Amino acid sequence: MAFLKESARSLLLVELLEGLGVTLRYLLKRPVTVNYPHEKGPLSPRFRGEHALRRYPNGEERCIACKLCEAICPALAITIEAEPREDGSRRTTRYDIDMTKCIYCGFCQEACPVDAIVEGPNFEFAALTREELYYDKEKLLANGDRWEEEIAKNLELEAPYR
Amino acid sequence: MIVEAIAFYIFAAVAVGAGVGVIAARNPIHSVLFLILAFFSSAGLFVLMGAEFLAMILVIVYVGAVAVLFLFVVMMLDIDFRRLRSGFMRYLPVGAGIGILLFAELVLVFASSEAPRAALPSALARGGASISNTRALGEILYTRYIIAFEGAGLILLVAMIGAIVLTLRRRPDLRRQKVPEQLARRKEDSLEVVKVPIGEGIS
Amino acid sequence: MANFWASYAWPTVLTAAEVLAVIVPLLVAIAYLTYAERKVLAAMQLRKGPNVVGPFGLLQPFADGLKLFIKETVIPSGANRVVFILAPVLTFTLSLIAWAVIPFAQGVVIANINVGLLYLFAISSLGVYGIIIAGWASNSRYAFLGALRSAAQMVSYEVAAGFVLVTVLLCAGSLNLSKIVLAQRHIWFAVPLLPMFVVFYISGLAETNRTPFDLPEGESELVAGYFVEYSAMAFALFYLGEYGNILLVSAMSSVLFLGGWLPPFPVAPFTWVPGPLWFAFKVAVLAFGFLWVRATFPRFRYDQLMRLGWKVFLPLSLGWLVLTAGVLLVLGWLPAH
Repeated sequence: MAFLKESARSLLLVELLEGLGVTLRYLLKRPVTVNYPHEKGPLSPRFRGEHALRRYPNGEERCIACKLCEAICPALAITIEAEPREDGSRRTTRYDIDMTKCIYCGFCQEACPVDAIVEGPNFEFAALTREELYYDKEKLLANGDRWEEEIAKNLELEAPYR
Repeated sequence: MIVEAIAFYIFAAVAVGAGVGVIAARNPIHSVLFLILAFFSSAGLFVLMGAEFLAMILVIVYVGAVAVLFLFVVMMLDIDFRRLRSGFMRYLPVGAGIGILLFAELVLVFASSEAPRAALPSALARGGASISNTRALGEILYTRYIIAFEGAGLILLVAMIGAIVLTLRRRPDLRRQKVPEQLARRKEDSLEVVKVPIGEGIS
Repeated sequence: MANFWASYAWPTVLTAAEVLAVIVPLLVAIAYLTYAERKVLAAMQLRKGPNVVGPFGLLQPFADGLKLFIKETVIPSGANRVVFILAPVLTFTLSLIAWAVIPFAQGVVIANINVGLLYLFAISSLGVYGIIIAGWASNSRYAFLGALRSAAQMVSYEVAAGFVLVTVLLCAGSLNLSKIVLAQRHIWFAVPLLPMFVVFYISGLAETNRTPFDLPEGESELVAGYFVEYSAMAFALFYLGEYGNILLVSAMSSVLFLGGWLPPFPVAPFTWVPGPLWFAFKVAVLAFGFLWVRATFPRFRYDQLMRLGWKVFLPLSLGWLVLTAGVLLVLGWLPAH
């Protein structure tokens, strides 16, 4: 009897038809597509995207050239050179991030004692050439100015967990 | 009809040209492709003669199956065809002799063509309008020439069985997929859920 | 001169017009089959599919075509140039010329020849050449392996499909496709010959190299099989040929088993719809089946494919053929001439 049942199942293609039934049910469901350039999915405050160097509200740059980020960077993507400024404060003369090396691990922003280098919420910085992905201090500071609002909000949201 | 004449000469020229191509082409694959073209043109000639059934069978059997196998074999075999060709001039007299012999036989057949044509029912011989040539062919194959037809089929069957017997190797150590067994397998037969007491394990 | 016009030129023009009247809608249908495939696959995978080019992405096929048209045709340096170009042309041509004998309605057919069924079978058995030549001429191992697989597969499944055709032939008593359709006035052949219909449809999947039998393409191991080396319009011709073959197999199935242009029941609401629409509807449903199957089943392994063809389909179709012949003979239902 079981043999007959098995043979009938194979000959009548029962399992294949069940499979077709599943796909047909899915055909009638609503697509879950996010219509990307026009719609975007939600981002966590912890999202690690494009880097930015922040400033204090008075316009002074936060970075004190402690080089902790350079030391911790596992991909060796950060290069920092520093010397005292005219007013005697220690500042960077060069702060480069090679975005083609960066693995977006977020160690740099965790290492930073003054919340200067952060990974912002921007992930749409594709470029046509490699050169455009070698970020220098100017570019990073510009990023900081551009994304300050979002970055500050994310840092505030994250504060309880740090 | 002039159109039919033009079509005939085109097909005939292509068939002959392709036939020359078969033996003239340097690349064996090109030879097979020319052979296919020759088959195809002959099918066209059959259509012109009103024997569309034969034409289609020619295309299905020779072009669709036999020539594919030729192509397979020629593609798979790694023969040095230049060496095979080296004795061309030496074998030319023998080849030419066989060719002349075949040609003479053909001439003889056509010269005495009264006999075979008279043997055929008139419907088939002239592609009659009242009866389709598929039916005429079937009627003559399955009545008058039934023994020869079935005999040919039997010979092909024997050849096939022979080929299988010659090439079939029994390999007892081979592990094959047994689909019915796989399909008949059930969770109950192969899977057992066991409660393992802590610290004791299962023996 | 009048004679020339009446007997040669005018029929030629007329035939050319008929051919265009079939090919132009066919090409549009092929273009939109590619669109339908992407949409159906997307819907079954909970995606949206093409929706940017034109309303609902309806212009997508033309954008794709334009893209392929303006690309460069790359011919590999080791390739056999003439044969390399010949292969896609052959594939595409074969997928189109088979339509000459497909009847769209009573008397609406380009060539109403007596051996239409054999013609279709002959054309579909030629289809293997485009592929095998492409694989060989590319001078690439992937292409060659794909071509070998494809050729073996198509030849194998043609055997089973051939027996199915013979079964239909026994029931209809004619090789003429219009007569085969008319023989289904009372009952579609798909009802008494349902197993044969399924075998034919699945063999059709195998002969068009569609999932679950698309291992000539086998992108996971053969990159793209026999058309790896093709680009631009040469590739487009293969692509169009594949979809043309899908439509052709669907059309063949609907003519042989689903009563071609005939409505399902010869009563009032069904007979209002004209024949060609019924035909198109049946072809569309069967073509949808191809896409549906693609969205559902994983690819066969090669030995499984051969096992299915030779050990399952061949005995099944042969057995059903003998059974059909016996039933027809015993019950005296053989079609009269």
